[in-house]
Amino acid sequence: MKLRRDVFQAIADPTRRTIITLVAASAMTPSAIAENFDYSRQTISKHIQILTECELLKQEQKGRKIYYELNPNGMKQIADFIEPFRKMWDDRFNSLEAVMKSKIHEHKK
Amino acid sequence: MEQKTKINATEGKQELTITREFDLPVELVYEAYAKAELVSQWMGTRVIKLENRNHGSYAFETSHEGKVIFKANGTIHKVVPNQQIVRTFEMENMSIGVQLEFLNFEKVTENKSQLTIQIIYKSEKHRAEQLKLPFAYGLNRAHNKLEQIITHSK
Repeated sequence: MKLRRDVFQAIADPTRRTIITLVAASAMTPSAIAENFDYSRQTISKHIQILTECELLKQEQKGRKIYYELNPNGMKQIADFIEPFRKMWDDRFNSLEAVMKSKIHEHKK
Repeated sequence: MEQKTKINATEGKQELTITREFDLPVELVYEAYAKAELVSQWMGTRVIKLENRNHGSYAFETSHEGKVIFKANGTIHKVVPNQQIVRTFEMENMSIGVQLEFLNFEKVTENKSQLTIQIIYKSEKHRAEQLKLPFAYGLNRAHNKLEQIITHSK
């Protein structure tokens, strides 16, 4: 539960969202990511760390360099996150449909 | 299978859209929102007040074992029968804040209709709070009954 909440907090931050968008296009090194921002390398590293901990990004070692790329499992968690909310509305609307259908039924009697 | 209820929550936005197709004429879907006794039945909440008119207001309250577990209220800004309701919605004692809702009722065929609800939150953070709510409840199956009540009362 803790982890999933964090995933949601992770994407609530605009800088982290931008990082996700950048990395989604192609795997990038931390310095290549940092070049896109005016923030310090340290700040960007912190964001990358949070995204990695939330399993939205994953590391890949290529030679001596570390690349970050999107972690599809983490992205799926975000989709799953919305599912209970969708289910809640689905149940509620099913109930609306049932109530109104029984009303039609009464009319016909 | 195509899902009847769809949620569109674009990242980076403070709004979301809920769409649902009903096997009901549009007039009946609208009526389900316009009449207190019907709202009470399908939402599973007590409707304390529902003035479905321009500049009207409404209030819901749900109790469980004698304790009030859910209170919500809002003002109804605009009503176009069988077409649109524009209103605010706020759950009391919650961090989600006030939200603005545009409910659009559309006729698909004589017996089919579509409801589109666009909800605008104060910020993206407030939207996240809303999305989290059923998620947290969904985790604890032991509180099934409570979940059921909350599920049915937003």
